[in-house]
Amino acid sequence: MSEAVTNLKSLAAPAELQRAPIVVNNRGLGWLTDKLLAFAEGKTPLWWWILFVPAVFGATVLLPGALIYQISTGVGVWGNNQPVAWGWDIINFVWWVGVAHAGTLISALLFLTRQHWRTTIGRAAEAMTVFSVMMAGLYPAIHIGRAWFAWFMFPIPNSNGLWPQFRSPLMWDVFAVNTYLSVSTLFWYMGLIPDIAAMRDRATTRVRKFIYGFLAMGWTGSTLQWHNYEKAYVILCGLCTLLVFTVSSIVGLDFCTSQLAGWHATIFPLYFVVGAVYCGFGMVLVLLIPLRKFCHLEDIITPRHMDRICKLTLLSSLVIAYIYLMEYFIAWYSGDPYERWVFSHRLLGHTYWYGGWIMIVVNVGLAQLLWFKRFRQNLKLVFILGILINIGMWFERFVIIVGSLYQDFLPANWGVYYPTWVDICTFLGTLGTFFTMYLLFIKFLPLIAISEVKGALPQGDPHHPLGGAKGGRS
Amino acid sequence: MKSKYYGLMAEFDSPAAILSAAEKIRAAGYNRWDVFTPFPIHGLDKVAGFKNSLVGWFSLAFGGGAFVATMGLIWFSNAFDYPMIVGGKPMFSPPMAFVPSYILMIMGAAVGAFVGMLALNGMPRLHHPMLAKERFAQVTRDKFFLVIGANDKKFSETETRRLLESLGGTHIEMVEA
Repeated sequence: MSEAVTNLKSLAAPAELQRAPIVVNNRGLGWLTDKLLAFAEGKTPLWWWILFVPAVFGATVLLPGALIYQISTGVGVWGNNQPVAWGWDIINFVWWVGVAHAGTLISALLFLTRQHWRTTIGRAAEAMTVFSVMMAGLYPAIHIGRAWFAWFMFPIPNSNGLWPQFRSPLMWDVFAVNTYLSVSTLFWYMGLIPDIAAMRDRATTRVRKFIYGFLAMGWTGSTLQWHNYEKAYVILCGLCTLLVFTVSSIVGLDFCTSQLAGWHATIFPLYFVVGAVYCGFGMVLVLLIPLRKFCHLEDIITPRHMDRICKLTLLSSLVIAYIYLMEYFIAWYSGDPYERWVFSHRLLGHTYWYGGWIMIVVNVGLAQLLWFKRFRQNLKLVFILGILINIGMWFERFVIIVGSLYQDFLPANWGVYYPTWVDICTFLGTLGTFFTMYLLFIKFLPLIAISEVKGALPQGDPHHPLGGAKGGRS
Repeated sequence: MKSKYYGLMAEFDSPAAILSAAEKIRAAGYNRWDVFTPFPIHGLDKVAGFKNSLVGWFSLAFGGGAFVATMGLIWFSNAFDYPMIVGGKPMFSPPMAFVPSYILMIMGAAVGAFVGMLALNGMPRLHHPMLAKERFAQVTRDKFFLVIGANDKKFSETETRRLLESLGGTHIEMVEA
């Protein structure tokens, strides 16, 4: 052993050149397994119930209540009307789709770029993706008004002999959101299989043994299984990366193929992708900072990992700032009086001016605090910033949707939009449902990709002294 | 003749130990053996002699199939079965059919990768001989297992056991089929 240690020292690069470890305090494989499953296997703490009860209220009372009332009465119970026919429903749809994107970006794109630190947060981010796409998909389905005809959107042979009209981006949306939900769920579940097997092997009750055994599908961890699994994983990562760029682009196309000033812009697909990722990073910060503290994962989700998410958030805020600027520039440069009207009224209009200012001040202004290391290291402040980014990005969608609709080409058409209590209850209900599912996820499934973290550790490297190698690289 | 044993299993403590043990087992001429690990150890698949996984082909077939099928569906529904003029555009044009086809290609390819992974791994399966062993529960924690199949031509309970012992394997046990 002493020989191995001296060898390690002599081979190692100087301290300032070494990468910080993914898991600090030199934890072993067994410790990791125990630690990462402790939450799912241990006694449910009080804080979980304190968060769970209001979330379940949203999921089982507010959301079904609002939906039943809206579907049985009609879309008129919402604030949507002419000229603002897209209100909170579409704002929230775009917002939830956006939240989903950061999860995919973290788990897929950072995997392809071999960012090993992502192993510790990938699973939690993927779960966020799956649940928020579910919430997103709900909105268009109920927005169509007669929700029982939602199946018209699918190409199913029917007695009317009618087919969907595939030229519409709204139709593409149906495919995009469904694909996003299916693929991210598959990806999430496949990543879970080896860890569910770990839960199966440690299960103490018959029920847990049965359920986890069923979900693990007979996983043994043989070389062949890992061989095929890793290949499938990398393929799914590549496909999910495509989805990061495709789904929000298609949502952007819903807007930019229209003729409306403020929507009819070629930058929209990119705009929506970046906005989605930015908003999602805000949500990742909001979810991970408490999770890390309450589940005692400080050694695994290290300050360095949080620091990197902060930097990615900062980067996406800079791109968003560029796009905001470019939008204004193009509105001015187009010479189109309607474009100029819409964009000047975003900040200086008399009804919704506050939305434009919230969007600029939070998304562009406050996010610049992330340049400072001292700010990034203060996780309480970063958590608050995460919440603010989510609010700011919500207002961005409000400004885009309501801001362009309420004053269109004919002043005779102008009107104002206010949400009703049904709009608000539906949104609170989706928030509640999201957090219910998230809390159930951390309680019953491994919230960190255990096998991936193990593989990224020196203890898991057969050529590293900590992985049992004798001397240096053999 | 079908043996009532699946094989002989030995337990190892570190990725380096299992990797060198696998190399030596292979060098000793065994070809019916398997290694079980809590996470993928790179290099083991080479020792086991696996070629590039076929999962990619599953993904390609499913993804390509989905792309062609969606293109066909759009042509069939919008240009053949119920031709509909929308904005004076052609009944069918590849650019407009591309987006849904591309999206469903991603869906198909993802399903293909998943199904391929399951099919090639023989999953889902309800049981595996190794799962009956109590020590094997450690395979998802921090232990590494090497199994030499009882159907290997070179398999002999005493000789193989001696070899595994010499490689540093502990808790060497027979696994019932």
